[in-house]
Amino acid sequence: MSDLLTLIVAKYNYWLYVILMMIGLYGMIAKNNLIKKIVGMNIFQTAIILFYVSIGYKKDATIPILVSAHDAHGAAIRAADYINPLTSCLMLTAIVVSVATFGYAMALAVRIYQRYQTLEEDELRMRLSEE
Amino acid sequence: MHWPIDIIVLTLVIFCAIAALSVRDLLGTAILFGAYSFLMCLLWTIMGAVDVAFTEASVGAGVSTVFFVAAIFRTSRRTKD
Amino acid sequence: MRFLAFIIVSLTGALLLYGTGEFPDWGDPKSPASLHVSDYYIEKTFEDTGVPNFVTAVVTDYRGFDTMFETAVIFTAGLGCFLLLRDFRGKKERFYRHTPTGVILHVKDDKKTLTVGNEFEYMDKEWVPPDLINKTVCRILIPFIQIYALYVVAHGDYSPGGGFQGGVIFGSSLILLAISYNLKTLVKRVKEKLLGIFAAVGVLIYAGIAAICMPMGGAFLDYGKLAPLVPGDPHHIRALGMLGVEIGVGIAVMAVMVIIYINIVSEGKHDEGL
Repeated sequence: MSDLLTLIVAKYNYWLYVILMMIGLYGMIAKNNLIKKIVGMNIFQTAIILFYVSIGYKKDATIPILVSAHDAHGAAIRAADYINPLTSCLMLTAIVVSVATFGYAMALAVRIYQRYQTLEEDELRMRLSEE
Repeated sequence: MHWPIDIIVLTLVIFCAIAALSVRDLLGTAILFGAYSFLMCLLWTIMGAVDVAFTEASVGAGVSTVFFVAAIFRTSRRTKD
Repeated sequence: MRFLAFIIVSLTGALLLYGTGEFPDWGDPKSPASLHVSDYYIEKTFEDTGVPNFVTAVVTDYRGFDTMFETAVIFTAGLGCFLLLRDFRGKKERFYRHTPTGVILHVKDDKKTLTVGNEFEYMDKEWVPPDLINKTVCRILIPFIQIYALYVVAHGDYSPGGGFQGGVIFGSSLILLAISYNLKTLVKRVKEKLLGIFAAVGVLIYAGIAAICMPMGGAFLDYGKLAPLVPGDPHHIRALGMLGVEIGVGIAVMAVMVIIYINIVSEGKHDEGL
């Protein structure tokens, strides 16, 4: 029982991140409205970014900006004092790409509404099969 | 890092995500989505990744919500599901 | 359909949860993601480049290729929104409002125009009375937001921030102008051609600074070789290269945010919006 408890305490974050990813995936597959599908896609993307950033965390470490910029030549910089900067930098690019995709998807939704006057997927399917 | 803050913010994030996908009014989805972005930004600040948090605050809770509301303004606001 | 989606999602979730059993503990300094290269980045960044913020140094200097293509992705998204939605056909009918009496005129003919001045004013389809508090407060706030955005771009080497964040804040200050007044005010001040030129110039600045390093004897994106071109201390040349590159990213992102907003909110016609 106690090592189940230590297992939960060590890994509960990962389980919650997986739950968040699955909520986003469910929104993308099962919802009818196109805008809700886009929202589900964005929830999925931010959950993955959250997972990546959490890998780079170290216990009792501070933010990745050098503390004493001027006398760093004397004291050695220990890598265990700062959190991992590599995961943060990769995820910056991911956030930029996600906002570009979101803006473009909204433009596509507006265009679809101009043409078919609806944004529900089953009505769209009916109108497409009528043409 | 204090684990109660982590648990509370993560639970709120999951509630916001489920609520944003279930509400029938698309303006409510936009506001809940903005709240979800803010809570994510808070989570990343707790973990120490301040650059990512800054980017998510300016992009997700700023510009992304504005795009969403502008798109709803030009399409319909009600949805059946 | 929903039941099938639920089954798929549960299966994928169960598989991923089973996979998390093999992860290292959360917060472990010896986890594989934090060994090898990232130790080098933390220990040697200040000696190589002179910049205290590790994340900005890694994003714009050590991994500069990623950021260049990310800027290209943002530019492509703006270009795509413009091509998808822009409607050049022009307005067929216009609404004017006679200011002393409040009478609304609906002019259907394309050729007859009224001069807009003290008596007549342009109107959107639904006339909203001008809100004095809203307009005045936003008018005072916008220059301060822009100065803050420029500070975030320039100070990105020493504090959290950088080119992308400053560009988004600058773009959202222009969007605030469009929301508090009306869209025509923004389009009259910041013309569409200027936005297009800014978006392209931003990407060009990034690629240009990277390409200039090649005739000076280095590889692509090797800022250390630019030292003969810039007067001053040659130890700071990598930090100056990073600053130039971030300015390029900020300009491109600002223009693209405003382009996407204007095209979505007015359905491409650039006449009226939120």
